[in-house]
Amino acid sequence: MDRSTQIALGVLGLLACFPLVVENDYYLHLLILAFMWVVIGTAWNLIAGYTGQVSFGDAAFFGMGAYTAGLLEYHMGISAWWGVPLAGVTATLLALPFGWICFRLRGAYFALATLALNEVMRHTATIWEDFTDGMVGIMILQTFESKLPYYYIVLGLAVVTIVIIELVMKSKWGYYFLSIREDQDTAESIGINTTTYKMISLTIAAALTGIAGGFYMNYMGFIDPEVVFSLHDISIMAILVGIVGGVGTVYGPAVGAFVMVVVQELFRTGGFGVVTSLAESSGSEILTTFALYMTKAHVLGFGILVVVVIRYLPNGIVGDWDRITALWRRGQQS
Amino acid sequence: MDLFLQTLIAGLLKGGLYALIGTGMTLIMGVMGIINLAHGQLMMVAMYLTYSAYALLGLDPYLSLFISMPVIFILGMLIQKYLLNPLVHTETILPENQVLMTVGIGMVLTEVMRFIFTSDYKSVKTAYSNATYFIGEISFSVPLMINFLIAIGVTLLLFWFLIKTDMGRSIRATAQDKEAAALMGVNPERTTYITFGLGAALVAAAGTLLVPIFYLYPDIGGPFTRRAFVICILGGLGSTVGAIFGGVTLGLVEAFAATYIAMEFEEMAGLVIFIMVLLFLPGGFKRLTGV
Repeated sequence: MDRSTQIALGVLGLLACFPLVVENDYYLHLLILAFMWVVIGTAWNLIAGYTGQVSFGDAAFFGMGAYTAGLLEYHMGISAWWGVPLAGVTATLLALPFGWICFRLRGAYFALATLALNEVMRHTATIWEDFTDGMVGIMILQTFESKLPYYYIVLGLAVVTIVIIELVMKSKWGYYFLSIREDQDTAESIGINTTTYKMISLTIAAALTGIAGGFYMNYMGFIDPEVVFSLHDISIMAILVGIVGGVGTVYGPAVGAFVMVVVQELFRTGGFGVVTSLAESSGSEILTTFALYMTKAHVLGFGILVVVVIRYLPNGIVGDWDRITALWRRGQQS
Repeated sequence: MDLFLQTLIAGLLKGGLYALIGTGMTLIMGVMGIINLAHGQLMMVAMYLTYSAYALLGLDPYLSLFISMPVIFILGMLIQKYLLNPLVHTETILPENQVLMTVGIGMVLTEVMRFIFTSDYKSVKTAYSNATYFIGEISFSVPLMINFLIAIGVTLLLFWFLIKTDMGRSIRATAQDKEAAALMGVNPERTTYITFGLGAALVAAAGTLLVPIFYLYPDIGGPFTRRAFVICILGGLGSTVGAIFGGVTLGLVEAFAATYIAMEFEEMAGLVIFIMVLLFLPGGFKRLTGV
């Protein structure tokens, strides 16, 4: 067992005990979201980080999963929990024809095609009002009042996702994925059917993302096209989770998920209420406007984060860990 | 028949503007090989510049071309110099770092504009905004006609620049073969700044031209970025002539979808065309005509 696995197991143990020690719905909610992002980010990392096919449209699969679960209960009265595994199937059904059409494109052009898929899905969900209720969205009753069951379900999903990715990347498929990322032409010339393996990678990623979407429907109880097919809040967030943590590393997206959920919350709550309360107590007008702006600025924060991370930490926290620690040590010596 | 002709004209006139947007994107794509996903957002900034010039100085939107184009040109050069070029030298796993960077830039531009102007819809109403004249039963909107003519003028200027000037030749040479161009004495760094600036200035022109006939809000960039890449795929990546074809085609497709199917399908139609082109004509017009 290497060191990163030991750390991961230790963290997992702590997280499993966390709700027993801290009974605070707010922290549980944040952790539930973080775990959900671990699933989505890890799935994105498989197709983008390991296989080198950057997807800008994860929301298409996420939304597909969420709508599968929601519509199942809404139209047929079947519990939305059945929608979670089914979401994996429908997301796969979406990924297969899409991959078949779009894997003739390379690099950035594939990325654009995924962006187009994202938009097509969003427009479809909005326009097809008879089936999806359009902008009104879908509301279902949540099964559990307590957050605890959700916490353990999504923690389980996150662990299963990471294990699946580990196993896949250690198998023959994993090496094929890496070879496609490094050099598609060479991979093709030594007899790897690149289209097939890109499809496999996309399918696994889409199924996992869809399952995360199905879970989101069950947990939040409400979805509409603007939320689940959102380019900024889902697709870009998935990319950020991946690159902040570190693309092409097993635990990178998991680290990224926690960082991003904290950053998102930091903006949404005005520095966890610190800036707001400072503004109130000091009565300073500048701070008050600043706090007001901050709560609205999470997209701006994301944008700046994209620019800064790509510019200075191109391999993410996990991928550039050696560089970060080296800088830290140098800083301490001088 | 009148409805058909009316739709055809509306599509063509809109297509002229789209061609301008697409040409800017395709220039950047041809020289740097990246897709600029901040393209529509640069256009949005140009629209707000035009709006401010009108609101503060009372400047006619068409005169704002002389403000918005140079300002966005410089903004584009700075983006290329300080944010995109340094990425070429960093070692990373992801090959699409530069494209991701443009996404981040687009988000920052949108949100900064939202801070300054809020999310409210703004519009500039000029004396000629709603002016139309009729030939038979078919109406021609005056500002759309002016836009179309200016778009053609700007495009012709661009072609003159690309074909006749030294800088234009350098840009075309770099697009064809970066290393060979560098060996012939073209400064590749400088060429990339100018190209990005030029692409940005073109889309800024389109943005300024849209102001008298359209409303503006910070999120307007996204849909136009998507249109720009649909145009480029239609026209063939990196082909300026293709982008003009692509722009006019998209304008027509959107107009016909909006008239004959439903308003909501305007944007969907472009995306469907995008997938059809990928399926049946990968390479776009460029493959058909070779230019």
